[in-house]
Amino acid sequence: MIKIAQLSCGTEYSSVQYEIEKAARSVGATIVHPDVSAADIDKAVERFGFKPQSPQLRLMIARAVQLADRKYDADAIFIATCFRCAEGALVRNELRRFVQDNTRLPVVTYSFTERMKAAQLLTRMEALVTIVTRKELLARERQSGITAGIDSGSSTTKAVIMINNKIAGKDWTPSGDVIKSAELVMENALNEAGVKLKDIEAIGTTGYGRYRLGKHYNAKLVQEELTTNSKGAVWLADRQRGEATILDIGGMDNKAITVRDGVPDNFTMGGICAGASGRFLEMVSKRLKIEVTELGALADKGNWRNAKMNSYCSVFGIQDLVTTLGDGKTFEDVAAAACHSVAEQVYEQQLQEIDVRHPIIQVGGTSLISGLVAAVGEILGSKPIVPANSQYIGAVGGAILSSGFLEGL
Amino acid sequence: MKVFIDPPNSLILFDLVERSGHEPLSTMAEIQEKIEKVELDMPPMNVSVEDVMKGLKYAGIEVPSGVRGRLAIWGPMIEAAEAAIIMEDCPYSFGCVGCHRTTLMVRYLLKKKNIPVLYVDYPNDEDQAKDLVVMMREFLEGLK
Repeated sequence: MIKIAQLSCGTEYSSVQYEIEKAARSVGATIVHPDVSAADIDKAVERFGFKPQSPQLRLMIARAVQLADRKYDADAIFIATCFRCAEGALVRNELRRFVQDNTRLPVVTYSFTERMKAAQLLTRMEALVTIVTRKELLARERQSGITAGIDSGSSTTKAVIMINNKIAGKDWTPSGDVIKSAELVMENALNEAGVKLKDIEAIGTTGYGRYRLGKHYNAKLVQEELTTNSKGAVWLADRQRGEATILDIGGMDNKAITVRDGVPDNFTMGGICAGASGRFLEMVSKRLKIEVTELGALADKGNWRNAKMNSYCSVFGIQDLVTTLGDGKTFEDVAAAACHSVAEQVYEQQLQEIDVRHPIIQVGGTSLISGLVAAVGEILGSKPIVPANSQYIGAVGGAILSSGFLEGL
Repeated sequence: MKVFIDPPNSLILFDLVERSGHEPLSTMAEIQEKIEKVELDMPPMNVSVEDVMKGLKYAGIEVPSGVRGRLAIWGPMIEAAEAAIIMEDCPYSFGCVGCHRTTLMVRYLLKKKNIPVLYVDYPNDEDQAKDLVVMMREFLEGLK
């Protein structure tokens, strides 16, 4: 059983402790709380150097010190504090750095409200467990045989057929019915590759519909998208060795993953505010009466400084847009402002939660919006790499990782 | 040497550090820079929205803007610091950053930096004040 050490403040009083344990159980892990004696707490806080007023935050620090000193054995770490607690947010982030500096354990951080449910944690917990249990599989750098990957995302469904480490067929469609959308893209990808479904030796499914598709196709690998996306991204960008940060601004949530030699070691996944998502750019395109695929080129011609938009909420964001258009700003400036707004919020809400490592590999459907990539580059100070087929990362990752099962990994 | 002082707006600490031949890192110098070079006219502190965003380097979005805005000023000063003098329990008139969370974070960042730090208590009478000046002078001389 994988042991996930919980370092937290407030979970018991927020009605979410059960949900945390439920999420861990559902991925075959158990939540543990490092033992600390009362006498250890003050010493640990003194050593850590940040002295919060809240006693439970002090206990949290003492537990982290136990893990750092190898006095308590765990496989992964889950750090959580209440949303909107400033002291908690400060401790959470610094503790994350502290345990990463002092251990090799994978870490995930989270700020919760009383409405948090196990499902929201599932992907994060699953990724933690995968990093612990499937190190050998994750270290895989080549695809072998004939395999397929299907990524059932919130906005689009993608399929890729890979043959001997090359993409032989691919297709995508807007997501509708999970099975029908997957069948459609699989059929087209198979046709392009010139192979039949029966020829496929292994299938990997990922994304929100991964469990249904896994059952439907009898997939060898059913994997959350943090793992598959990072594998697909480093393969597509040919950055299998060394460090990188993978940024995927998705339709429903955004992922920022740091990798070392292709294996994720820290990630954040956000999705509270739609103003920072790909969905917002779709809404903007609709209002501008253009296809989302045209938004990037339009933004490239504009200047975001002429039409400021920075709402965290997509509804208010569209309100900003309407007002800005009413003021006579150009479509180009508005498109650039929308891209800048999303990039800025991804930076504010997520990228500060991980220590960004260069190069930055921007992937997912939104990486095809050139204006958004330019905005991310401007904010982070270096232009992200956008590999060819960047929208297929999840499917490519699924195809690569599932081929590992052909060799008995 | 560059010496960070805490409270960072203490004129007395600033003066003592400067007299000993070191460079005090203080809020006053930072704000003066903004007024004279960047020509930001936003009293009283001249902290802009861009500054608050820069504070994200030190604290997440969930941390209140006032903490991030303060850290945007003091964070780079701490990064530049080669030593620090911290005064505990000082009255408002001595200097103050007005935010306990920021104070916690400043102390933490200094500890993490692993530079020589002198912790002193605010003096309550003349003798303690004299002792304090001697102690600080010794610390500052030792840095040379």
